[in-house]
Amino acid sequence: MATQHSRSAARLMMAPAVILLLGWMLVPLSMTVLFSFKKYLPMRGGDLGWVGFDNYVRFVSSSAFWPSVQATLLIVGGVLLITVVLGVVLALLLDQPMWGQGIVRILVIAPFFVMPTVSALVWKNMFMDPVNGLLAHVWKFFGAAPVEWLSQASMQSIILIVSWQWLPFATLILLTAVQSLDSEQLEAAEMDGAPVFKRFWYIILPHLARAITVVVLIQTIFLLSIFAEIFVTTQGSFGTKTLTYLIFQRVLESQNVGLGSAGGVYAIILANIVAIFLMRIVGKNLDA
Amino acid sequence: MGSITLSKVTKSFGEAQVIPPLDLEINDGEFVVFVGPSGCGKSTLLRLIAGLEDVSSGEISIDGVDATSLAPAKRKLAMVFQSYALYPHMSVKKNIAFPLKMAGMDPAEQEKRIANAAKVLNLTDYIDRRPGQLSGGQRQRVAIGRAIVREPEAFLFDEPLSNLDAALRVNMRAEISELHQQLATTMIYVTHDQVEAMTMADKIVVLRAGHIEQVGSPLELYERPRNLFVAGFIGSPKMNLISGAEAAKHDAATIGIRPEHITLSKESGTWAGKVGLAEHLGSDTFSRIHSDELGEITVRTIGDFAIKHGDTVYMTPDMSKLHRFDADGLAIR
Amino acid sequence: MARAVTNQRKTINTILAWAVGLLIFFPILWTILTSFKTEAQAISDPPVFLFFDWTLENYAVVQERSNYMRFLWNSVLIAGGSTLLGVIIAVPAAWSMAFVPSKRTKDILLWMLSTKMLPAVGVLYPIYLIFIKFGILDSRIGLIIVLMLINLPIIIWMLYTYFKEIPGEILEAARMDGATLKEEILYVLTPMAIPGIASTILLNFILAWNEAFWTLNLTAAKAAPLTAFIASYSSPEGLFYAKLSAASTMAIAPILILGWFSQKQLVRGLTFGAVK
Ligand SMILES: Nc1ncnc2c1ncn2[C@@H]1O[C@H](COP(=O)(O)OP(=O)(O)O)[C@@H](O)[C@H]1O
Ligand SMILES: [Mg+2]
Repeated sequence: MATQHSRSAARLMMAPAVILLLGWMLVPLSMTVLFSFKKYLPMRGGDLGWVGFDNYVRFVSSSAFWPSVQATLLIVGGVLLITVVLGVVLALLLDQPMWGQGIVRILVIAPFFVMPTVSALVWKNMFMDPVNGLLAHVWKFFGAAPVEWLSQASMQSIILIVSWQWLPFATLILLTAVQSLDSEQLEAAEMDGAPVFKRFWYIILPHLARAITVVVLIQTIFLLSIFAEIFVTTQGSFGTKTLTYLIFQRVLESQNVGLGSAGGVYAIILANIVAIFLMRIVGKNLDA
Repeated sequence: MGSITLSKVTKSFGEAQVIPPLDLEINDGEFVVFVGPSGCGKSTLLRLIAGLEDVSSGEISIDGVDATSLAPAKRKLAMVFQSYALYPHMSVKKNIAFPLKMAGMDPAEQEKRIANAAKVLNLTDYIDRRPGQLSGGQRQRVAIGRAIVREPEAFLFDEPLSNLDAALRVNMRAEISELHQQLATTMIYVTHDQVEAMTMADKIVVLRAGHIEQVGSPLELYERPRNLFVAGFIGSPKMNLISGAEAAKHDAATIGIRPEHITLSKESGTWAGKVGLAEHLGSDTFSRIHSDELGEITVRTIGDFAIKHGDTVYMTPDMSKLHRFDADGLAIR
Repeated sequence: MARAVTNQRKTINTILAWAVGLLIFFPILWTILTSFKTEAQAISDPPVFLFFDWTLENYAVVQERSNYMRFLWNSVLIAGGSTLLGVIIAVPAAWSMAFVPSKRTKDILLWMLSTKMLPAVGVLYPIYLIFIKFGILDSRIGLIIVLMLINLPIIIWMLYTYFKEIPGEILEAARMDGATLKEEILYVLTPMAIPGIASTILLNFILAWNEAFWTLNLTAAKAAPLTAFIASYSSPEGLFYAKLSAASTMAIAPILILGWFSQKQLVRGLTFGAVK
């Protein structure tokens, strides 16, 4: 349905969005690349000239670099695993007939509405505090010694907090997909004598494949750049320094823009590797 | 005025040429039907005329004025889509009023035209309903209403009846024909159903793979099909086509005889055969007769012709109605 | 399910689902409850659940300490402004991609989405400099622009998926009826896509409301929204559970209420239009 006229109109109407996003991507990006080749200390002399690849070498050879990549991937992977698995279970549960389904659904979605700063603060103080936190009370109730969550099990704690925020999203998408499953197909499988587990494995799970892809794609986009949860809880200590946070510290806390920018370029490369990988999958799945 | 001329019009989608160079003349006030099997380019041709697609080359003129690169709205044509394409969020009245509103017409005049269209189309009682609350036939009428209030130079219909059930289809067919009589405006009507084409058209354009196979009045096409394709496409049940020795006897590669031009007898006739299936419709009986030399032949007889599976019968074709075709499928006259 | 389900099974489902639902909701519930306790009761051992002396004192203190209304107003303006601006830019773009698709449409869409994967921290300093240069550091307009840009790909994607469900013939009918492109979008497409547009607006409003990287790093006193308001309670001297809870409740209440009132659109929106 396209005439020359509508095609040129279409190009014109895409232009603002494309130009804005292109500018948003290219302008700061090229500045970052520029800074990354400079010794640039805003508080201590400003632009101190070109240094070639020094910043890149220093950033990677810093002892904090690889642990930060590892922490980033661990958080993204951990949260994805938890939210997808629990999301599938919850979606199947919520799809069953029950009383008050609407209210349960609201309860389950609610964490998504909570801003990350609030959820991090609430979890840190009111639940994970080793003295007054609710979890400490529970542990004491069972006669166990309270855990210092954010230092002894820092990674697990952060993954828990972030998973709590993203579980509603995964559940909802998966629930929508479960609801679109043709129940006759399941009944046919039941008639064929397929046990519950096989029905899940061969019929339900393949049906959810596209929804799971969407969950993984969208969550990865957001999880790669989580910031507030770490900023508010551990401030990057106890092995929770993600790449994002490491760069943030280099730029803002040590005021070393050159070094931070080199880190930024690394982060962009990492994000692109993940992006290409994801786009491959999603591109295929998007056609349907 | 509503004459439309297409000269050397072509249309390609990427590599694929859907419409090869095509010339066509449509006169003012004519009811023209484009007919052909599905996928042959009927909709594409209609959309080219409407301006919803650009021609790849060639020229379209409306009332003698070059309209090739005119925007759809400027061509003074109205279109009724297969899916009706009603605006679901507007009432029937708003739907019909939309083109008038877009034209910035004076509200009093709008009211008058809407009331008139609603009366003509029996929509007065539904005027405040949404399309979702209407039956298929009523939706169809709203779509037509939206087209007629504009008083266009020509109407374009793209398979407007294909979403209706059989009974309703016959009714709407008559209504559209009647509308044409009343308005005397040019109508171009696309269908894959040759019955619709035969019953409604002043002029039929038979298309195959974007080519015009023949243009003519329904009777012309019925009586003098230009080639095998038209012969097989127009008429129901289909014309019997026979090739081989029997055709050679008539100096042709293929001969054709319509089912209604064969007389059946239990005693004697030109060709002998065995009755395969006999369909008794009441008014007529259609029999499929198997003959060793000719293959399957369909014959129409009167309704109470007593005949059943396995009977041996004799067929006599009316020689004056015999069609002959050469090796290229063209009619020999 | 076409089959009748036994009441027993339904009861078990109900109990299970409510238990899980309440467990997930519990942190929020606990925060709201704590906000009505005195500081002593908030840290009492063992914790009290419902039977305490309900008080509104914490809300008064929080309001006095930090001007809640100003943060709230900033949040509303920033989230609302960036969402509306985003939708205004995205509707024409999504129209183009949905109704005049070309070979490159999918690539463009994926590219747009990929700009969301650019780590914000990688460009924090350049943006900081640009903001200073244009004098929009710690201004609402600056944040509106940035949040609009980071959410634009998602808005376009969602609108695109909703628009694609609308039959192109209806838009063509409008074109035949003499509607200009603007009228076609305004009078035909937009009203038909209202549910999808509403979902898009709601979801992106929430995303913008909760955004915490740019809002924390690009604001100070003037334009700070609720994310910054609550961050000020993370410093130790502000560490009073009841007041923290009151502040938290105040920060999330508007969105929770909005969420409850527009549940249907939100559920639809939460799937980003990607799953039907
Ligand atoms: N937008 C398009 N892009 C590519 N091919 C198309 C397009 N529209 C139609 N076609 C092709 O053109 C041919 C004719 O289509 P159409 O005009 O819709 O046929 P009809 O209406 O006779 O059934 C078909 O082979 C169809 O696949
Ligand atoms: Mg067609």
